[in-house]
Amino acid sequence: MNPAPSFSPLARVLHWLMAVMILSMLFIGIFMASSVGPNYHRLVTLHRPLGIAILVLALLRLTYRLRSSPPPLPNDLPAVMKLAAKVSHILLYVLMIALPLVGWGMLSAGGYPIPLWGNSVLLPPILPHNPTVWSWLRYAHTVLAFTLFGLVLAHISAALFHGLIRRDTVLQSMTHTKTSL
Amino acid sequence: MAEKSTGPSGSALRWLGVAVAPAALALGFLWAGGWLSPHRVTQNRLMGELHKAGSYGHGFRRAHSKGVCVTGRFDASGAAASLSNAAIFQEHSVPVVGRFALGAGQPYVTDNPATVRSMALRLMPTDAPEWRTAMNNPPVLPLRDAQDASDFFASQRLDPETGKPDPARVKAFGATHPWLQAAADKNARRVISSGFADDTYHSLNSFLLVAENGTKTAVRWAMVPMQPMAPSDGKGEGRDYLFQKLIADIHDHPLQWRMVMTVAGPHDAVNDPSQTWAQEDRTIDAGTLTLNTVESEEDGPCTGLTFDPLVLPPGIVASNDPILQLRSAAYMRSFALRSGEKRGSSAITPAMTQTPESESGKKS
Ligand code: HEM
Ligand code: HEM
Ligand code: HEM
Repeated sequence: MNPAPSFSPLARVLHWLMAVMILSMLFIGIFMASSVGPNYHRLVTLHRPLGIAILVLALLRLTYRLRSSPPPLPNDLPAVMKLAAKVSHILLYVLMIALPLVGWGMLSAGGYPIPLWGNSVLLPPILPHNPTVWSWLRYAHTVLAFTLFGLVLAHISAALFHGLIRRDTVLQSMTHTKTSL
Repeated sequence: MAEKSTGPSGSALRWLGVAVAPAALALGFLWAGGWLSPHRVTQNRLMGELHKAGSYGHGFRRAHSKGVCVTGRFDASGAAASLSNAAIFQEHSVPVVGRFALGAGQPYVTDNPATVRSMALRLMPTDAPEWRTAMNNPPVLPLRDAQDASDFFASQRLDPETGKPDPARVKAFGATHPWLQAAADKNARRVISSGFADDTYHSLNSFLLVAENGTKTAVRWAMVPMQPMAPSDGKGEGRDYLFQKLIADIHDHPLQWRMVMTVAGPHDAVNDPSQTWAQEDRTIDAGTLTLNTVESEEDGPCTGLTFDPLVLPPGIVASNDPILQLRSAAYMRSFALRSGEKRGSSAITPAMTQTPESESGKKS
């Protein structure tokens, strides 16, 4: 049997590192936005640099992805599933980049200083001060975060469906270097 | 690719495997968001309690809704520079945008001398991060933590029959929070000044000053008026009399306050704003605030921002006072809500804050 191709080691490291970071961010975000202490400030302080790190990694990952070819999906996968995989992956990339940008943009529009590390390293504003825009982006940050979470759940279900039900090469392509079934 | 077949029970198990991980994550998400913990004090819950206690909303701040914008400058004395390396404690002529307000959540409330008055400041050194602080005139905060705050706002809920808080609830709050009695008594006994200009505004919460060498010093501060203090006669004189007086005072002459830092003594509670600090604590005169212009909130420079007490420059950090985090969270939520709403006109209109000269200039 031919060894099934896998994602490159770099792609896999980025995928799993970012999976952990993004899931943590979703939980930190929803937790802090529904709490008023005693860890509220600490979490907000962590949320900003972690979000910016995700933005940087996502841009690197996207650049890398556009220059390298990932392993193909199994030939016998129905066309709609292939399409769903493709569309959902594009959406995941879009949200990984949009969400931190919206977070950064909303604090800019709200006229907040945006500390990245401690309170001396600040991010520059990326939008002019405009309270209406702040309010809209704050709302958008919630909606996009919930969308990302829903998408991640579907994505994990699909990965497990490949691994446990279809038992094809898809899950291994992200977990193993080389696979032969 | 090999198709492996398993029996029906094997495949049921595998489907379970597919469902369990996402279901567990979804459940964890619901927990993190507070949906499974009805007793958690959340930002939404606080906003709901403020609303039920009569906060007006509609584009206005959820608390301290009636106010005016002011601008001026801050000149450091240098005396606090040994305790904090914040630029603000060394520089001169630091631009300031501020806001005076009444603590109530109703933007058209009638001025009453007993209502909490506030001063909020945004100090913006040109070469260093800004500092925001929001201060009130009572000398101590009769709330210790988030639960106290939530219980208190809930006790202020308006009775639809009377339009006032139910006295029984208010009494019950006092009875179930005996640890706040001393602070409430102290505030009730305070001497109320005649207006905004001769009032003292307190940080109430504690912060830590951080010196160049990293030493941390717990402080509270107050803005102490340089205008002589005259006690209020206890009577209101018209819907907007406090603001009209403030506007007339600023138009007449710049108003000044000294920023007095009180350094925590060995027995002072840093993590509990309901505890008064010792009388003999060391105080430091950190500098002088001078306010020389006043504007309506409509299009004024203090409207499109929130005076989040945790917007701090290097050299000042939050203490473990739990109310600070609660305020930071609540101010952000209030700011997000009001900024998305259509706002009515302010009680203190641009016409009311015009200088006498520009008014007479227009008439002639
Ligand atoms: C992948 C990156 C990010 C994810 C997954 C994420 C996720 C979230 C989530 C789930 C919430 C709670 C929303 C709600 O319940 O209303 C939230 C709130 C928030 N996020 Fe993010 N976020 C990200 C990046 C950022 C960045 C880069 C910033 C700022 C620089 C930021 C600033 C905020 C702020 C200020 C809040 C509101 C906190 C509050 O209401 O108390 N986020 N985020
Ligand atoms: C926050 C969490 C996650 C995010 C944002 C995420 C994102 C992505 C993205 C964008 C891709 C497409 C890669 C590409 O074509 O460049 C991908 C592929 C993949 N992910 Fe995830 N992922 C997450 C979590 C997981 C988890 C928990 C699993 C496993 C249970 C998983 C399994 C896979 C697999 C098997 C692929 C390969 C799909 C294929 O062959 O096309 N992912 N992921
Ligand atoms: C204990 C719980 C408290 C809660 C829930 C609370 C809530 C709020 C809210 C929602 C706002 C409106 C924010 C905005 O929309 O920009 C506000 C404003 C304000 N609060 Fe508080 N607050 C609390 C305690 C305090 C304390 C202890 C002080 C004073 C030391 C204080 C001083 C102020 C001032 C001065 C403003 C007005 C700021 C301005 O003029 O824009 N608050 N508060």
